Amino acid sequence: MQEARPLLEAIGVSLRFGGVRALTDVSFQVRQGEIFSIIGPNGAGKTSMVNCISGRYRPTEGQIRFEGQDITRLRPNRRAAIGIGRTFQNLALFGHMTVLDNIMVGRHHLLRKGFLPGMIYWLGGAQREEIAHRREVEEIIDFLEIQHVRKAVAGQLSYGLRKRVELARAVALKPKLILLDEPMAGMNLEEKEDMARYILDLNEEWGMTVLMIEHDMGVVMDISHRVMVLDFGRKIAEGAPEAVLADEHVKRAYLGEATEASQDTAEPETVA
Amino acid sequence: MTAMIPAGEYHATYREDMTIFPTRNSRYALWIGIALLCLAPLALGRYELGLLITIGFTGIAALGLNILVGFTGQISIGHAAFFGFGAFASAWLHEYAHIPVALCIPLAGLMTTAVGMIFGLPAARLKGLYLAIATLAAQFILEDFFARAQWFTGGVAGRITEPFTLFGWVADREESYFYVVLAYVIVMFVAAANLMRTRDGRALVAVRDHYLSAEMMGINLAYYRTLSFGIASFYAGIGGALYAHYLLFVSVEAFNILYSIQFLGMVIIGGLGSVMGSLMGAAFMVLLPEVVQAGADALAGGAVDRALKIGANISFLREMAIGATIILFLIFEPDGLARRWRLIKAYWKLYPYSH
Repeated sequence: MQEARPLLEAIGVSLRFGGVRALTDVSFQVRQGEIFSIIGPNGAGKTSMVNCISGRYRPTEGQIRFEGQDITRLRPNRRAAIGIGRTFQNLALFGHMTVLDNIMVGRHHLLRKGFLPGMIYWLGGAQREEIAHRREVEEIIDFLEIQHVRKAVAGQLSYGLRKRVELARAVALKPKLILLDEPMAGMNLEEKEDMARYILDLNEEWGMTVLMIEHDMGVVMDISHRVMVLDFGRKIAEGAPEAVLADEHVKRAYLGEATEASQDTAEPETVA
Repeated sequence: MTAMIPAGEYHATYREDMTIFPTRNSRYALWIGIALLCLAPLALGRYELGLLITIGFTGIAALGLNILVGFTGQISIGHAAFFGFGAFASAWLHEYAHIPVALCIPLAGLMTTAVGMIFGLPAARLKGLYLAIATLAAQFILEDFFARAQWFTGGVAGRITEPFTLFGWVADREESYFYVVLAYVIVMFVAAANLMRTRDGRALVAVRDHYLSAEMMGINLAYYRTLSFGIASFYAGIGGALYAHYLLFVSVEAFNILYSIQFLGMVIIGGLGSVMGSLMGAAFMVLLPEVVQAGADALAGGAVDRALKIGANISFLREMAIGATIILFLIFEPDGLARRWRLIKAYWKLYPYSH
């Protein structure tokens, strides 16, 4: 794991919106086969970083390299084909489609039959292709345990299920790197445990490199190989979870001053 | 939520699970329906057949608009102009290139596609109200073109068209032309249903539902927005060409903005994003004026007629009925006839144990 080559490299990435500096000179590497987490307080620039990688934003300065290739200016819709998939912080499913269709959209760049063979379904090979991909999609459905809702309309599912469907859709892309933007936000403990297990399985059995933003420190510390900490758009630490957590800068930025923290915990008692 | 499948229906393979008509009964109903339609010319009069033919070609054009508006979430208020272009193109191809009418119809569809793609290019970048105005411009530009391009349309005088012929069989009457339209309706609707269950159809719906995540799934937004316009124009062109060889005369006035709005009305009444709904909406819109007319005829000579002068104002009444229906559907049944039909089917599936 330690000596693996970098799959993703960010080199001096800065992002500005007018006068607002969302990211300032952030550099890091995600190695092949690891689970890499980005943590930081709200507004630290975590999602901006992921958006730069997925092509939603274009960095003002710096470069993003994927498998050694410069993808800084690559159009977002080209990034699925080179092996980058993602989920969104606020659910972004196709609300009126069934779960099955949602996941099949993830196969888009792997399917070859366009609208003409599609219209003559039985003759142009579209049916064969659909069946072949359906088989693979069913494996993903089995893995994420959403068999019971595969024909349900995605917009009508519960929050936890929608999160899982969104993960399934990203997995269907067959990405080398999967970007997960707060996969556990708003989940209860049981759902979080399930999600952590899925992420570990994706990494270990499906061989995907995971880049994750997550606020739940317990999960981050448990499953990440390495962690990067952002604060006000700057990288303040990177390394193994324990080392990062012990870092003084991180404690100050993320958890507050040691003295402050103890006061905060003491406060409710005095109020009561 | 999940589509209800009656007990005893098993989908044991993915192939069986991906059919357009999921149950045995729905497939029987389909074949019986088609068989009955094939026998229709034996039983129905010319007037009724004419209505069915009109429903057929309008339904094809409405389906095109539904692919654009209902499935892709774009908008067009110039659909009648493309419909008209298809009609003129087919007539022109026959007269000047001497291509048999049977071939003119698909070729007119392709020509309309080309024109539609040109006007659809802004669609790759525009959305909502801005696109509506751009397509409105297409409507007026094409209308103006029809009025001035004598060589193409015959100008204000219009153009006479020839009846459909195939290997010596001439479809110059309702009884025979009905089969031509029926064949086109089946082919075009099956093609659309197939499209919607394969890659590019899903991509269109993805663009409508959440274009940002669609892009992340590798979908090229500009391509699919333009493609949707192209497909919509093709359907409009085919519908228009079928219209031209039914009426045997095409003139400019028919393809005005009111007709474009009527197409939008059909799509809304039938159900946005429903293939079969397009046909239901077209049927509704074609039959509505007939019903109003029948109502006026029934009242003719009575006290109501004398008081309200219904007979004299029938053309206004018909237009008002269309407007009122669109408004009522938007308020009470925004998902259209297609949803009402699904609810009725669900009701009978559970009857009498609906709770």
